[in-house]
Amino acid sequence: MNNLQQPRLLALGDGAWTIEFGSSIDPVIHSRVLGFCNALQKSTDIAEKILEYLPSFRSVSVYYDPAKVDGIMLGSELLNLAQNSGNQISEGRKLYIPVCFEDEFGPDLNEVAQLKNLEVGEVINLMTSSIFSVYMIGFLPGFPYLGGLPDSLNIPRLANPRLKVPAGSIAIAAGMCAVYPWESPGGWRLLGQTPVPLFDVNHSDQPALVAAGDQIHWCPINKARYDELRIECQRADWDRDSILAIKDWS
Amino acid sequence: MSKSRLGPGQHISNKGLVVSATFEITNPGIAVSIQDFGRIGYRNIGVPLSGALDIYLLSAANTLVNNPVDSAGFEIRWSGPTLKAENKPIRVALAGDITAWLTDPQGIRTQVDSFQSVLVPPGQSLVIDSVKSGVAYAAVSGGILVPKQLKSRSSYPKAKIGGYRGLALSSGDTLSCQEAAAEIPTELKATKKWLNDSGDVRVILGPQEDHFAPESIDHFFSQPWTISRQTDRMGMRLEGPPIAHNEQGADIISDGVISGAIQVPANGQPIILLADCQTSGGYPKIATVISADLSKLAHKKPGDTFRFQKVNHQEAKEALKQKNQLFETWKQSIQAFLPPGSIDVDALYNSNLVSGVLSGSEE
Repeated sequence: MNNLQQPRLLALGDGAWTIEFGSSIDPVIHSRVLGFCNALQKSTDIAEKILEYLPSFRSVSVYYDPAKVDGIMLGSELLNLAQNSGNQISEGRKLYIPVCFEDEFGPDLNEVAQLKNLEVGEVINLMTSSIFSVYMIGFLPGFPYLGGLPDSLNIPRLANPRLKVPAGSIAIAAGMCAVYPWESPGGWRLLGQTPVPLFDVNHSDQPALVAAGDQIHWCPINKARYDELRIECQRADWDRDSILAIKDWS
Repeated sequence: MSKSRLGPGQHISNKGLVVSATFEITNPGIAVSIQDFGRIGYRNIGVPLSGALDIYLLSAANTLVNNPVDSAGFEIRWSGPTLKAENKPIRVALAGDITAWLTDPQGIRTQVDSFQSVLVPPGQSLVIDSVKSGVAYAAVSGGILVPKQLKSRSSYPKAKIGGYRGLALSSGDTLSCQEAAAEIPTELKATKKWLNDSGDVRVILGPQEDHFAPESIDHFFSQPWTISRQTDRMGMRLEGPPIAHNEQGADIISDGVISGAIQVPANGQPIILLADCQTSGGYPKIATVISADLSKLAHKKPGDTFRFQKVNHQEAKEALKQKNQLFETWKQSIQAFLPPGSIDVDALYNSNLVSGVLSGSEE
């Protein structure tokens, strides 16, 4: 893996540029992504020209209004910034997200355990003892792609994707972990379910529960607690921060 | 100005007072959604831009009812909704290849053409027909005043954001707008139609043109592409002899996309992403449609064929400037007119109201 690749400036039409730092899923490449985002926020010259930016595993897309901003000039400014923005180790928040791994909440637990020659309890332990880092949000509003899945749980997607994955499903595939914020079709393997909404439009300052760079811990809960929390989180004034700070629900 | 000079039934509301009117959706139509210019600033949490597929045509409809151009209106991709004014008169304008019928409670209908405004009095309905080609818009006085969610009223039902309560429109929904301004006792009409441009679609190469051999890129530009039936607000699938990827293959680690980006999956059939597209994608993007030509895509339909044409950033900038100038020129063609039999013409001219009709449309 060549982590020292020079950043590349790629045209995404006349309304955006993509700054690419590499072509693989790699914590070092992602640290350059976060470093660039940080530099972008601090560079007031550039920040006032752009509409928004989107970090991915390995790149950052920067969007602008082509009627107001000279794209070519912005592109060279972005490339220059990328060459000097360095790495940033995530300083994201530590979030403790409750997950129920019981019964119907983890429909693929047994199969994953079988395929990986593990006991179901070992799969759950691997999940709850690992720290996952949020690489990017994409696919659906609030859908986080998480790195940090132990190699012993590396497993391909389902050959036949489900038509309906329940909202809140914690899923793994292709060396990554994710959570489905919405009921949707999906091909990842479902291990558990969180009662905490991943996206809440009423939290207008921060509708998505997690952000790129955050560190996630899965905290096991039983079914009774799941039901309790699910009702709690449906209240308009549910306290997101308090729930996400609790490390042990037993 | 003097109130006594106004015709019967006319009155002037206090300046600055927002008078709310409501109207009922008595028929939601098919493939109708509430759209403004979309929600900017939420791609990093996976929320699509959304917004009108043709922002110029939405702007045209809004201009004809004296709204800011980015007010929320109805985007009609198939058959239009029926709007019934409830407590107050509302003003509506259509833009696009579409007509409507002003219908009173006795069922007497008057045809209403596009590119002009019409007053819909309480109890009367505007029955909007099917769009004859492409996409059309209906603007209402003051814009459709559903609450903004994440800074936009655009409907994205997949995540229950925007629109009317996050959902697709249905019969019986009651929406708000502003009462038709009584101090403008005339209607507005564009003497020229805003024409949807057709023909080649201009693109800038990339961001992943290096996933294709030079022959594949030549082939992308030289052959005509046919629009498939699998086309919606998220994307437009094209059909033609497949484009081959080079040894870098048809998968990339997902990165950011934009409306107009052209993904080529392993089957070699391009997909042009549109307003409701996901924020990121895992297929190589051979090229991206320039901003000036996004509205062109909105009016192409399954079965249509077209070619791509390669341009650079400078040409894209020039094209956008021309398109915006064209819109400004079109706005100059808007004139006030008096709907037949509606008011006392002498009183209107004497009260010196006509000259002020267009003020506000520049905002």
